[in-house]
Amino acid sequence: MPGIILILIAAVLFPGIILRTKSITAGRRGPGLLQPLRDIGVLLRKGSVFSTTSGLIFRIAPSLTLASIVAAISVVPFGNQNALISFGGDFVFFAYMLALGKFFTIIGALDTGSSFEGMGANREALFSMLVEPAFFILIGTFAMFTGLTSFSEMFSQFHVTGNHYVLIFSVISFYLLVQIAMIENSRLPVDDPKTHLELTMIHEVMILDNSGFDKALIHIGTYLKFGIYGALMSAALVPAEWNIYLQVSLFFAIQLIFAVIIGLNESFRARNKMGRNPQYILTLSAIALLAFVVILILTGKLIQ
Amino acid sequence: MAALVFISVLLLSFGIFFLPKRAHYLFALVLALAMVSLTSFWAVSLLSGSREFSVLTLDIPMISNVFMLVFDKLSAFFIIVVNITIVVGLLYARGYLKPYYNEKNALSFSMHYFAYLWLYFSMLLVVGCRDGLSFLISWEVMAISSFLLVIFDAEDRNIMKTGINYLIQMHVGMAILMIALILVEKDTGSMSFDALPAYFTRHSNWPLFLLFFAGFAIKAGFIPLHTWLPQAHPAAPSHVSGVMSGVMIKMGIYGMFRVLVSVQTDLLVIGVVVLVLSLISGLLGVMMAIVQHDLKRLLAYHSIENIGIIGMGMGLGIIGKAIANPQLMLLGFGGSLLHVLNHSLFKSLLFFNAGSVFHATHTRNIEQTGGLMKKMPYTALLFLVGSLAICGLPPFNGFISEYLIFYGMFQSLSGAGLYQAILLLFSIIGLSLIGGLAIFCFTKAFGIVFLGEPRSQKAADAVEVSRGMILPQLVTVFFIVAVGLASAWFVKPVFGVVADIFPVDASQFATIAANLSGISLAAGVFVLVAVALLVLRYYYLKRKTVRTGPTWGCGYTAATPKLQYTATSYADNYHKLAKPLIRNNVHSESITDDEIFPPAKSFETHSEDVFKTRLTDAPVNRVLELLKKIAVMQTGQIQHYILYAFVFMLLIFLLTYFNLI
Repeated sequence: MPGIILILIAAVLFPGIILRTKSITAGRRGPGLLQPLRDIGVLLRKGSVFSTTSGLIFRIAPSLTLASIVAAISVVPFGNQNALISFGGDFVFFAYMLALGKFFTIIGALDTGSSFEGMGANREALFSMLVEPAFFILIGTFAMFTGLTSFSEMFSQFHVTGNHYVLIFSVISFYLLVQIAMIENSRLPVDDPKTHLELTMIHEVMILDNSGFDKALIHIGTYLKFGIYGALMSAALVPAEWNIYLQVSLFFAIQLIFAVIIGLNESFRARNKMGRNPQYILTLSAIALLAFVVILILTGKLIQ
Repeated sequence: MAALVFISVLLLSFGIFFLPKRAHYLFALVLALAMVSLTSFWAVSLLSGSREFSVLTLDIPMISNVFMLVFDKLSAFFIIVVNITIVVGLLYARGYLKPYYNEKNALSFSMHYFAYLWLYFSMLLVVGCRDGLSFLISWEVMAISSFLLVIFDAEDRNIMKTGINYLIQMHVGMAILMIALILVEKDTGSMSFDALPAYFTRHSNWPLFLLFFAGFAIKAGFIPLHTWLPQAHPAAPSHVSGVMSGVMIKMGIYGMFRVLVSVQTDLLVIGVVVLVLSLISGLLGVMMAIVQHDLKRLLAYHSIENIGIIGMGMGLGIIGKAIANPQLMLLGFGGSLLHVLNHSLFKSLLFFNAGSVFHATHTRNIEQTGGLMKKMPYTALLFLVGSLAICGLPPFNGFISEYLIFYGMFQSLSGAGLYQAILLLFSIIGLSLIGGLAIFCFTKAFGIVFLGEPRSQKAADAVEVSRGMILPQLVTVFFIVAVGLASAWFVKPVFGVVADIFPVDASQFATIAANLSGISLAAGVFVLVAVALLVLRYYYLKRKTVRTGPTWGCGYTAATPKLQYTATSYADNYHKLAKPLIRNNVHSESITDDEIFPPAKSFETHSEDVFKTRLTDAPVNRVLELLKKIAVMQTGQIQHYILYAFVFMLLIFLLTYFNLI
């Protein structure tokens, strides 16, 4: 339960920190930390415009996507505290629940009959398919190392072994989670949320036709996803048996660092060429395999 | 008494030929329902554990004792799977066959329903016969009846050709099974599945198992033995494709399980081989599905993918047995069997709705559809449920079986040795990729067919199919949702089956049941939040101004349906990645320099199944060429034939004279 509250707080502040980082590096005064929240407020006050082509799917997709993200949060743990719902193999549920949300986002985009949104839909489908193995290898590595199979158990146990080389693995998994989170949330270098040309967008182009309430839900979903991945990162780095206050402050520190990384990334880096994205994403699986090898060595399977 | 009912239903089915045309359907339905209620009663009482065996001897003169039906829990499970889809398929068939009613004569209708009934009966016999001969006879009846069902529309020459191709491939499989059973008979003196343990104790296990596996894999559609599947399913009427893909190919899986029960050694080798082959089937099946334009062919390739997932579970179970890990056995075999049930549900649902789309638009080409959700909302929703379920997304049934298999793999990772760990990890990667590719494929299938604007007049003129075609499918939807939300109720009997046929301790079920209720709870969270958000949205939008307008076209206001993304363009970026494995043939006429006013040109692409061209077509063509050369001897002159006879006799004489034969 505390995990959920922390994720909510992080989600509220996260996008603001990204914006603020970007404005500072660009030398602008920039908006306040709570500007993204105010944007959602504006969207909620607005009415909606629907395309005449679109039908039921377009109207229900944003709600179902947000619901899937909320359901995914319910299995994310924090420290020694169990997640709201915790069971063996809950990470499979987590991954597939997020995939369900993506399914609806994609068909919601196709429902408008727009060629731009079709383009975004198919890119999203391809890239999220390619990123899936990296996540599963990473989690499989956790499961192999700890012999446990739920988020809560794995994260609370894997520091306990007393083997300090685990730190190598922690760092690799932190890196992987940062990358996966960037791709899942459509940030640089795979997707640029601030691009102005429909042809070069992925996620933004899928929600071109959404407005008002639905668009607000989509934004809330994106912010929550940042919070989720931040929570996973802190779980991978911070030992669960540490003092709870220390853990909470480290949690926010990690979220802050994550947001600043994204902000800096987006200030100084250009987006990948679209055709290069598959290679870039597949590299993550290769790095995840590296983590697997590290654990093979640590558990004495590769070298006795 | 029960036996009497069973036999009389079998015999009564011949009566359909003596009835008038309008009575055929009702008669078939009554017989099918009678058989379904009888066998369901048997199956349920077997699964609930009240009876260990239900033995029924068909007293057929001359071959009595051969046709002895023995049902155990494994058979009971498959009977349940078969029964659900058979009933829904038959109810759906009424509406689907209506347009053909005036076109076809009474004989082809009675033949069709007769074949449908016998496809059903033969599947019951297949899961009940332990004796090799009667098993092979039932297997043959199954092949022939499904052949008759496939060629219902045989005026189309292509369909006849496909049907013959199907029949030949089935007999190749049959021949392999026959060889395997004869090997058993030669050694043990009994041509029966009950004699397998005796054979396996005396001989190396893997050669015979792989022989059986090959024979059954042709029916099940494992790559590279799948080439009949993507041809036969589109050719058959949709209720038949639903039944064939949903349950008939599962008879191959049944056969594998029946043989597996007796295998004693070499388990690790067998398990690894099955796992790797299944992984290949699963991945290539879905990869080839994505590039298809024919909706039913796309679904057929997905059957190959799902057979791959079923096989992966089976392979894991075998490995679990080999390394004496009861939990992996339970999860692998259990996930495999549950996926058999799940796939029969959502795949038949998808085929029925693909049939409805064909019924309404008269085309199976995805590129000519579009916007059908507005014309056929119920069909679209049913197809959506099937799509979500086949992608393995919660809260539907596909997730539960994939979860069991995933969980089995993750569970055994920590205890595994180096090679097993690597194998398991690659299976995990494979299964997660299969999931992602399936989502890619079904967002395409659903999005292009049902969403957006109609791409052709055919799609624009479509109207929703009759209620009689939609309502029966609610039964399937009910099971899909029930397995997804209340999984523990369904997994328990499935584990009971596994515990019964393999000596394995089912007490592990307690932990897994706790996990399953966790899934139900989390899925419940999703459903609750979703409903709450939708209700909130409804009341929220009521107070706001809601307008409609054209889709945002980046400033371009003359957009036509032609500008939409097509199935080909949706698959394009994927196709670039998958090029080494998926071949697309492009036929186009280019514009030359001297054409100042170029006329209309054509451009077409179609995907090619590498296995079909290399493994089936190429050898057949080579044999045909050889036969053509031999055909020189067929001159048509009687003198030559007499000469051949003379030469033949001379040859016999000489060979005998020199004691060569």
